Amino acid sequence: MQTADRMIALAIVAMSAYFMYYAWELPIGWNGETGGPGAGAFPFWLSLIMAFAALGVLLRSLRQERQLTRFFSDRALRPIIAVTLALTVTIFLMPLAGAYIALPLFMLWYLKIFGRHGWILTGILAVATPVFLFFFFEVTLKILLPKGFTEPWFIPLYAKFF
Amino acid sequence: MEIFALLGDGFATSLSPINLMIVLLGVTAGLFIGAMPGLGSVNGVAIVLPLTFIVPPSSAIILLAAIYYGAMYGGAISSVLLGIPGASTAVATTFDGRPMAQKGQAGLALMAAATASFVGGTISVILFTIFAVPLADLALAFGPAEEFALVLLAFTTFVGLGGDDILKTIIMICLGLVLSTVGLDLISGQPRLIFFDQPGFYSGISFLVLAIGVYGIGEVLFTIETSQKGQTVTAARLTFGEMAAGLKTMVRLWKTMSVGSFLGFFVGMLPAAGATPASLMAYGIAKSTSKEPETFGKGNIEGVAAPETANNAASTGSLLPMLTLGIPGSPTTALLLGGMVMWGLVPGPMLFIEQPDFVWGLISSLYTANFAAVVINIALIPLFVWALRMPFTVLCTLVLVLCIVGGFAPSQKMHDVWLILGFGVVGYLLRKADYPLAPLVLALVLGPLMEKSFRQTLISEQGNILAFVERPLSGLFITIAVVFFFLPIVKGLTRRFNFLKLVFSKQQ
Repeated sequence: MQTADRMIALAIVAMSAYFMYYAWELPIGWNGETGGPGAGAFPFWLSLIMAFAALGVLLRSLRQERQLTRFFSDRALRPIIAVTLALTVTIFLMPLAGAYIALPLFMLWYLKIFGRHGWILTGILAVATPVFLFFFFEVTLKILLPKGFTEPWFIPLYAKFF
Repeated sequence: MEIFALLGDGFATSLSPINLMIVLLGVTAGLFIGAMPGLGSVNGVAIVLPLTFIVPPSSAIILLAAIYYGAMYGGAISSVLLGIPGASTAVATTFDGRPMAQKGQAGLALMAAATASFVGGTISVILFTIFAVPLADLALAFGPAEEFALVLLAFTTFVGLGGDDILKTIIMICLGLVLSTVGLDLISGQPRLIFFDQPGFYSGISFLVLAIGVYGIGEVLFTIETSQKGQTVTAARLTFGEMAAGLKTMVRLWKTMSVGSFLGFFVGMLPAAGATPASLMAYGIAKSTSKEPETFGKGNIEGVAAPETANNAASTGSLLPMLTLGIPGSPTTALLLGGMVMWGLVPGPMLFIEQPDFVWGLISSLYTANFAAVVINIALIPLFVWALRMPFTVLCTLVLVLCIVGGFAPSQKMHDVWLILGFGVVGYLLRKADYPLAPLVLALVLGPLMEKSFRQTLISEQGNILAFVERPLSGLFITIAVVFFFLPIVKGLTRRFNFLKLVFSKQQ
């Protein structure tokens, strides 16, 4: 817990520095005679405050006595990494293979393998959800979801509903 | 009375068939979302917001407000039936709601929660109606200096009253404000903080992306960690006889419920406080003023009524500053504010002048939502018992899919979907390390207003930074903000002082 706390505080300091580096390219001080603060002023000075606050968290943690509580329990870490990875793969697949392949695959993995549900429940949800999404977003709201290489398969559907 | 005429016109809007349907739909959805352990009003509103493109903007806001309302009612359901709060706002309801369920009075506890919510909701909506116009009139006199001071005040309440780690709160406020500056600068037109030269950052970071990430994906990750297997859902049955007896008991609790309503309403207005502390405070007051405080925590119906009136009253209370001043009183209302801005309905005093139909339609819809919620809540109790048996994994899958698609739909860019995943994971880690997330979301929503008003004031006052304290109203806000900011330090000093006095007196 302590180590994680320090690492997060350090990461915030680094992030603030990174923000400040970007804001530095813009005027961070006074902008001309009556121009008010420049475009970079707000992000720059706030990042500086953030960096100092994070340093405060870090110093406070270093002054504390050693604690041996774990940030992640062993039981929790694995499923969380698994779900995060699955989400990453799904989002990566979406523009390539389309939402209508990526999302059912994700649901298949989540329900059947991760959640250990039966085929019937998995099948119903993995089919019904994309159908609902298609009618809700594409047909009603006219918001096209990414299709990737599956685009041609949808042309007959477009012809029917648009 | 002018208010009655305005409210009457409002009912003409909110009782139109489409809006009535929307209220019923929103309340029912909210009840289910609130009842699901882990999901509360803020998660519900974040996940559902992209779906509301399907109705016109004014109806969309009514829908979201109804979800907010329903979720406040629904939170009690899993507190009673599962013993875990359906939302953090319903924590105090578990104290006595769960023991009641274990004694076989689950139905009674649910009915008490619903009735108490109704009382809290009704009293607070009436207070809302009374205060809305004067507050909006006051806000009409606000210039940029006052706006800045008010936003500053909103943030300092987190430092002074939030109860979270102060340094971590400051970090989250700054982070939210810095993230709000990403994109094109409104005043100079320069692009700012375009990370890795990604073109997606030119349009800024939408509040929706942060909210879906933090409250959707982050929440699911949190639920995966905390969910334990083998929870038992207590069956709840309610006969008409019990219902009549329950109502009779509730009537005797009118004092507890009115205290809870007023307390909840005013605490709810503060951005940092809101429904959770309000309900805990109401519980504490009910216990300490009770003739038999030892029965609290063992299934006293008063212990269910007090927090439930307060958390519903607080949800209405937090709408008041959002609608009249443009300063949200809670993360959920911050999302409502973001949604309204997205649809071109900018909250604040001008809204009362330019869009009276919408404002009063929304206010009157709170009355109908409140009424609908209590009826649907009691009628659907068996359905909630069934729905709570739904495995976490099914719920999580659906929420995650909705997060991905809902994150893509508004901007139709994969860039935003990646950001959602990033915010989800980072938000989850930060939450685990005790960083408060509410100030982050609020800061991202209020950031543009804060920066704009700050720079506008300085430009119009030729750089005179004292302009913020010279104007009476903004000076007052800044003074209160300074007091809030130094409150924790003063508290710490007095504690140390008392300690010294104690040591000293012992030595003598």
